[in-house]
Amino acid sequence: MELPIDYATLRVIWWALMGVLLIGFALTDGFDMGVGALLPFVAKTDEERRMVINTVGATWEGNQVWFILGGGAIFAAWPLVYAVSFSGFYLAMFLVLAAMILRPVGFKYRSKRPDPRWRSFWDWALFTGGFVPVLVFGVAVGNVLQGAPFRFDSDLRITYLGSLLGLFSPFALLCGLLSVAMLVLHGAAWLSVKAEEGPVIERARRFGEIAGLASIVLFAAGGFFVAFGGQGFRLEDLTNAAGPSNPLRTGVVAAPGAWLDNYVRHSWMILAPVLGFVGAALALLGLRLDKAALSFTGSTVSTLGIISTVGLSMFPFILPSVADPRSSLTVWNASSSHLTLFIMLVCTVIFLPLVLLYTAWVYKVLWGRSTTAALATNPDLY
Amino acid sequence: MDPAVVDLSRLQFALTALYHFLFVPLTLGLSFMLVIMESIYVMTKRPIWRTVTRFWAGLFGINFVLGVATGLTMEFQFGMNWSYYSHYVGDIFGAPLAIEGLMAFFLEATFVGLMFFGWDKLSRVGHLFVTFLVAVGTNFSALWILVANGWMQNPVGAAFNPETMRMEVTDFGAVIFNPVAQAKFVHTVSAGYTIAAVFVLGVSAWYLLKGKYVGVAKRSMTVAAAFGLASSLSVVVLGDESGYTLTDNQRMKLAALEAMWETEPAPAGLAAFGIPSLADRKTHYEVKIPYVLGLIATRSIDKPVAGIFELVATAEDRIESGIIAYGAVEALKANPKDLAARATFEQHRRDLGYGLMLKRYVSDPRMADPATIKRTAWDTVPNVPVMFWAFRIMAGTGLLLIALFATAFVLVTLRKHQTKWFLILAVCAIPLPWIASELGWVLAEVGRQPWAVEGVLPTFLGASSLSVAQLWTTIIAFTLLYGALAVVEVGLILRHIKKGPFAEQETFAVSPAGEPAVA
Repeated sequence: MELPIDYATLRVIWWALMGVLLIGFALTDGFDMGVGALLPFVAKTDEERRMVINTVGATWEGNQVWFILGGGAIFAAWPLVYAVSFSGFYLAMFLVLAAMILRPVGFKYRSKRPDPRWRSFWDWALFTGGFVPVLVFGVAVGNVLQGAPFRFDSDLRITYLGSLLGLFSPFALLCGLLSVAMLVLHGAAWLSVKAEEGPVIERARRFGEIAGLASIVLFAAGGFFVAFGGQGFRLEDLTNAAGPSNPLRTGVVAAPGAWLDNYVRHSWMILAPVLGFVGAALALLGLRLDKAALSFTGSTVSTLGIISTVGLSMFPFILPSVADPRSSLTVWNASSSHLTLFIMLVCTVIFLPLVLLYTAWVYKVLWGRSTTAALATNPDLY
Repeated sequence: MDPAVVDLSRLQFALTALYHFLFVPLTLGLSFMLVIMESIYVMTKRPIWRTVTRFWAGLFGINFVLGVATGLTMEFQFGMNWSYYSHYVGDIFGAPLAIEGLMAFFLEATFVGLMFFGWDKLSRVGHLFVTFLVAVGTNFSALWILVANGWMQNPVGAAFNPETMRMEVTDFGAVIFNPVAQAKFVHTVSAGYTIAAVFVLGVSAWYLLKGKYVGVAKRSMTVAAAFGLASSLSVVVLGDESGYTLTDNQRMKLAALEAMWETEPAPAGLAAFGIPSLADRKTHYEVKIPYVLGLIATRSIDKPVAGIFELVATAEDRIESGIIAYGAVEALKANPKDLAARATFEQHRRDLGYGLMLKRYVSDPRMADPATIKRTAWDTVPNVPVMFWAFRIMAGTGLLLIALFATAFVLVTLRKHQTKWFLILAVCAIPLPWIASELGWVLAEVGRQPWAVEGVLPTFLGASSLSVAQLWTTIIAFTLLYGALAVVEVGLILRHIKKGPFAEQETFAVSPAGEPAVA
């Protein structure tokens, strides 16, 4: 069957869609997790905490689907990436899942009993469910930039040579902290939009300002490290962009500094890191001036910029291998078949706009600040 | 690969899947029962039905979050524990999972929040619509998961590609309209509806026994009786059998659950009792009901049903053909342009998976001696006693539940809601459908062994290259975490039931929509 879009183009589209899903996850579930990580610190009394939980209470479930869909879409469109990354980062992934399991139950179960110890336990569960995954995702991105220690045999069976502790290199930790700072800023910005005026917002602003500054400093430090820290990979030969998905046929070498190549070739890409910085600065300004809309727009733009920077710097690499550069996964050698990519694109074109539409409608219905006063009258609130 | 890694990965998958499926079926059924209850509220505008709906919605919510929490693990476990599987069949298997997220899970998860938070923000009809979307999303979710699972049982519409060393889609329509997947879908969701109906029936019966919340309990019981009778009948009528003649593996599954060693001449009888013995490959003390198996498996009385010995002999032939396919793949790996190897491969590709089975004993299947081939052919037999008993307990429980709902329906119709012996029975029946549905999964998945994907990829080849220590760490941690959450969940459900339907109105004297608090 002749498909209307060629294989190489579809691969680039799916690379971009993977970015859309990860950014969608970071932007929506990101503020939920940021709020979770801030919960024990910005809200002191039980009423304040319930109010904060209710700022995300009705929508976190839909937001979390971005994570699940991200996983499913990587499985469908980039099976090798899915297989290598999740089995390679096995215990890290387990930590993420264990922490994320605490979130649904934390939201739902916390207010079911009045016992303060019960509630405090679930507050920390929600904190863990926000903080740990965000930290680990950042660490994982750091490891992806540095290359992971895996290789394939001729059956494409994966051997992974790393360990859990090996993931926590200084650069990966820096990325982890950047990830936390970025999403705590986003969470603080969300609270400034959605929480009632008062002490909670004041505290959220203070934490947000620290996180915003940290984002800028850590992003700059990360960029410095990427430029001069000796990482980077390069395609050795011009591979067939429409060739079969088999990494053993790729020629790749480790090339320190190569993550900057794309900016030389396509100068427009510099826009991504610029958005990362400018967004964080705007968010900071918004928090300072008490302009909620500005701070939320700023943190959104910053998150978008920072994640795009990683993707664009590495293109066409998705997951390079330090153990055997020739096993590296790229846009050209790790995708699903032509037909699967096409079918999945058709599904996405139909359903993603629909999802965005009804999600927007739900947010519209639930529009308005969450208040402590409502807790006394509305039995539906957590 | 260390066999312990495979066994532990299987153990972990079985534990997480069975645990996940404690919560999912209740969600599947209760979501539609909420739609029914709320529809009555919208039509009659009687506040009692709103109370009924919100009470069960509260229980739905407690249960739903654990379904979500445990579903997260399921989604990522393929990549974590079964990475070679993920690579080998991701081109086909990943798609339904992604579509599930896009089409079903977004729907249910986006609207479930509004379902709980939106009572005072939406009109009556608007809220009912939201509840309906949650139910549709939940059930679509099951559809896509079972399309994925059905493909593992009957891998249609795909072919092995030696250039990428994996299975690739050739016909996506065949994957979606896979008859095994469709049969599994109707069987599984109707089992879910039955679970929810038994749950509602049992809890209502408990209230009636205690003489509490009688108005709510009677109404709930009426809904449960009707819904449960329809769904428990569907579970049997739309049963899982329709796929049993399709592939060697499904025929083997049927032979195993019948503990039928020799081919049964037409019309085949169904074993009502027996003691299957693996050691002498015989079933002792067998009692047969004539004709029934032939009718179920072949929809006829003139076709024989293949027994285990015959199917093992077939498997032996396929292994020999698979060795040739394997050799051709190796030749194509060395030289993709080898036309002779390509032609040989095309001829034997169907049996490549059978060739791979030998990798358990020899690293290169071409080196296998006849004794090894014979032994490997016997590996295609799943655990016969487990299958035999799982099926009998599952089917027997199913029949009991039909009797329960038929009785409930009669009593409710006669307005004898408070028949004491029946109420006690209904409370005691609460765990039964869970036992049946978990055994259903045991049957489906133990019956699929030794295949991860029938005839395509042996289970032992699918695992990741992990260490035994890593696996024990996660198994122990998941068990502790899941165990603790199960205790918490059951505690909260009991608490919710104890507090009863009117608890919320007592706390909030006037409900937000301005309805009178008590009917």
